[in-house]
Amino acid sequence: MYSHSYKTLQPTDVRIKTEHLNIYYGKKQAIKDVSLDMFTHRVTALIGPSGCGKSTYLRSLNRMNDLIENSRTEGNVLLDGVNIYDKQVDVVELRKKVGMIFQKSNPFPKSIFENVAYGPRINGMNDKKKLEDIVERSLKQAALWEEVKDDLAKSGLSLSGGQQQRLCIARALAVDPEILLMDEPASALDPIATAKIEELIYELKNTYTIVIVTHNMQQAARVSDYTGFFYMGELIEFDETKKIFTMPAKKQTEDYITGRFG
Amino acid sequence: MERHFQRDLEQLKSNVIKMGSAVEQNLIDALDAVLNNDPVLASKVISSDGKINQFEIDIDNGVVDILALQQPVASDLRLILAIQKINNDLERIGDHAVNIAESAYRLTETPQDEPLLEIPNMAKIAKEMFQQALDSFIHLNAQLAQSVLESDDRIDALNRGMNSQVVKFIKKDLKSIEGGLELLRISRNLERVADLTTNIAEEVLFHTQARVVKHHAEEK
Repeated sequence: MYSHSYKTLQPTDVRIKTEHLNIYYGKKQAIKDVSLDMFTHRVTALIGPSGCGKSTYLRSLNRMNDLIENSRTEGNVLLDGVNIYDKQVDVVELRKKVGMIFQKSNPFPKSIFENVAYGPRINGMNDKKKLEDIVERSLKQAALWEEVKDDLAKSGLSLSGGQQQRLCIARALAVDPEILLMDEPASALDPIATAKIEELIYELKNTYTIVIVTHNMQQAARVSDYTGFFYMGELIEFDETKKIFTMPAKKQTEDYITGRFG
Repeated sequence: MERHFQRDLEQLKSNVIKMGSAVEQNLIDALDAVLNNDPVLASKVISSDGKINQFEIDIDNGVVDILALQQPVASDLRLILAIQKINNDLERIGDHAVNIAESAYRLTETPQDEPLLEIPNMAKIAKEMFQQALDSFIHLNAQLAQSVLESDDRIDALNRGMNSQVVKFIKKDLKSIEGGLELLRISRNLERVADLTTNIAEEVLFHTQARVVKHHAEEK
């Protein structure tokens, strides 16, 4: 499904592109005609008030909306030029390439090791040494290795909230994704754990393409290169983050980010 | 929903306007002291500069508080940045008013009445420019700010003309050296006032239109 190695792509290359995307839940239209380009090795933040469609949009990027009854998607979501909604696309394969991290950390009730090894295992990896390597690499990438390396047999649920979220990031990284979708990844964490996740995002963008939904506008400003503002299902404005937060072009964006909304 | 942040920001802006009015009064008084040969008015300007300096410190503190506590963005951020620079510009204009008042004071002590050459003209233009710049900030009027930028060249030309006029004047009568030098000082101070006033107008354009016009940045 991929015509070239993503590792040679440049930050100016479009990795994900949506074209006239419309998403419906039954009769309700949640996303209205959204066309947007997201760039390789860059962090794109999606902001907007609750119910604006930003999470729906995010979920459309690895077809998580398929799991919601009555949802219907029109338009294209192109990953490296291939429409991920084409019939021949293998959704399992797609979700390996496009990993997702959720608001609430959800480790499995298994050991730290098994949480991270889970993905590779169900993909058929049984070599113990290779699994150990993957677990170590993933935990290091998620900036958790130093804290847990002596306790890999301990339950993932015994970790703190911030550690659990990084464990989930390590779990997502273990299947070697290329794109990470993050839905409010730090909203349930304290400021120190939040700072760690933000630093992690900053590091991870060198390897991955990241799309993050956040309610915290300062977080969007701190971690992202591009920001899209959604309101009532529409993409109101999309631009470089520094432009959005210093001189947004649209009054609605200005009103939202300066807290004058509504 | 009005946030207390917006009230803090309005309060800060209002303090800048009050500071601007105090600076404007000192500038008018300093120039009147020159034009009317009035040492009492000159002394008044010199003694009231402390009030302007206190405004500068208070506004600086207000800017730091808002930046640290509220993390402003977009037009709020541009307003805060503009206020920080305008605060500095106003304080400097206040200093130039003091310099002019000191020259006015010394001129009252020179033995003969000096012709003021282009000073009355320059004073009129500088006062108008300052009033327009302050009004453009109060009403966030970009058009008015733009017109301030266009006036600066007139002051520059008059300042350049003053040099040759004063030299000619001194050559005629060597006793007028001291007075002539004071006139050049006043002229130079007025030229600086006009420059700083132009900076204020540039900050208003940055805040209202997100345009950077200084150093002809838009043409580059």
